[in-house]
Amino acid sequence: MTLLQDSQPGRPSSDPRSPGRASGPRTAAEPAATRRRRSARRRKWPLSLWIASGFLALTALAALLASVISPYAPDAIDLGASLADPDANHLLGTDQSGRDLLSRVLHGAGPSLVAPLALLALASVVGIALGTVAAWHGGWVDALLSRVTDVMFAFPGLLFVILVVSVFGDGLTTAVVALALAYSPVVAKYTRSIALAERSKPYIDAYRVQGMSGTAICALRLVPNLAPQLLGYLVLMFGQVLMGMATLSYLGFGAQPPSSEWGLMVKEGQAALVQGALWPVIVPGTAIALVVVAFNIVGVRISDRLGARER
Amino acid sequence: MAARALRLTLGLLATLFAASFVIFGALYAAPGDPASFLVGGQEDATPEKLAAVRAAYHLDDPFLVRYGDWLGGVLHGDFGRSLQYNDHVADLLSSRLPTTLFLVAYSAVLFVVAGIALGVVSAVRGGRLDAVIVAVSTLLASIPKFVKALALVAFFGVQLGWFPVTGAGGGFTDRLYHLTLPALALALGELAVVSRVTRQSMVEQYKQDHVAVARAAGLAEHKVVRRHVLRNALAPVVTMCGLIVASLFAGTVVVETAFGISGMGSLLVQSIDMHDFPVTQAVLLLMVLAYMVVTTVVDLLHPLIDPRVRLEGSRA
Repeated sequence: MTLLQDSQPGRPSSDPRSPGRASGPRTAAEPAATRRRRSARRRKWPLSLWIASGFLALTALAALLASVISPYAPDAIDLGASLADPDANHLLGTDQSGRDLLSRVLHGAGPSLVAPLALLALASVVGIALGTVAAWHGGWVDALLSRVTDVMFAFPGLLFVILVVSVFGDGLTTAVVALALAYSPVVAKYTRSIALAERSKPYIDAYRVQGMSGTAICALRLVPNLAPQLLGYLVLMFGQVLMGMATLSYLGFGAQPPSSEWGLMVKEGQAALVQGALWPVIVPGTAIALVVVAFNIVGVRISDRLGARER
Repeated sequence: MAARALRLTLGLLATLFAASFVIFGALYAAPGDPASFLVGGQEDATPEKLAAVRAAYHLDDPFLVRYGDWLGGVLHGDFGRSLQYNDHVADLLSSRLPTTLFLVAYSAVLFVVAGIALGVVSAVRGGRLDAVIVAVSTLLASIPKFVKALALVAFFGVQLGWFPVTGAGGGFTDRLYHLTLPALALALGELAVVSRVTRQSMVEQYKQDHVAVARAAGLAEHKVVRRHVLRNALAPVVTMCGLIVASLFAGTVVVETAFGISGMGSLLVQSIDMHDFPVTQAVLLLMVLAYMVVTTVVDLLHPLIDPRVRLEGSRA
């Protein structure tokens, strides 16, 4: 029994997955002490959070400076150095065509990170709009939207995206739009649930009494007030979205050659695996895994600060 | 009870109907003429060929008539003919379905047993061990399935040579051997959820009076855990496991592609690469069917597993 009390609230915790529990002092402290308290909390950043955010910053920097810092062009073929192990010339080895893996993975950072960001932005615009309309309007609009969402949820995993890709052909744009479509019901459902609670608050009625139109209240007051919660939720979705995008590219439905998007790099490196050359798969695979893990660590923290998980 | 079952079943049928409509209608959402879309993968799309496809698929009939014909065929197990293999889609499916079912079942056994075991250890021991289990299982859940699959191939298949890297094997034991790595790749990511639900549910049980009574009566701790804590904690775990099993069917798409297993998932990918739309439709429909049926069965079974739910329902 005593061991179980480890996770009781109030006990200072350096565990990144439960910063919410460590936030006891946040409610106890007075606003006057805000500055001091904030600096104290910053010093308490757990090591994993430092490493994760540092890694993400480096990755973003690498994506921006890829063409400057990478030792080779990402598509420079050197058949003499096919499937080379890491050495002084090629720090992370080469793939089957002798392309430098370090350069490719650096150049791939851009598309690998931007595509998920773009699709998450698209999904959140669609999802927030639909969710707000459903919550605000209620009645048949709400019923219709939730039926549509139900049908989308009937397709597990990426199957809905695969259906869209099978019809509209593969390619990065199609994949981004299809994934955005698939994730927007998730955002819509969450938006609807929090917008319903917000809608019943007195200040909304006050705006209505002042003669503000429903559209204006939603767009200018309701959604901005939900923004922190929504942002916290979307941040937590990012890791999943990035994995979805990489998976789609791995299946050959997302980014197309000669792009060095990470999922596509894994797909191209897979043939070399049975020949015993592990680097072409391990390098991009590790990049994906590290970014997702780092983002999850940072995302949980951001999400807790924004209060998305407490309500 | 009967009313609830009826409502759930009707909901299932309505959703399946809508999903089949989406899967069928997707053909008409494609840009351009459906006939040229259907032969899209082939270079020799002569007008005669287009006319033949048009006739074979009755594309000149009204949309709803076509849909009715297709759905009627599907209900009789007739998914039409594959454009690439020139074979009945149903035959293609039946040769691949057993492999996928085996993979899903194998993987389900792995994640249920390992996930619950980890959850019990987390709840009983707590502390540092709990933190390690959470960290490792969360890490495994944060790695995409295809990376896990290929990492397993690289390490256990190529480096150590313990397991075959492709194929599904024949016969029960050989198949078990061949599908071990794929099943692991499919199962590892689910350990996090199962172990945490188990742990949480058990921790809640520990606070209950009946556990204190059992302890006070002098029952050995392992018996308290097994008979009182775990047994009462199982209902949410079973529900969660059921939902995960349902979603495993979609996961086979990636894992079968990574391991070169000819099952339903890899068939889906191939059919899209080869523009074999009748096959794509059939596989998608079956996967949605499997997912929806399993989730509905889980819903239906919930009050049978946990009679307390039934009581709450009748009181309300």
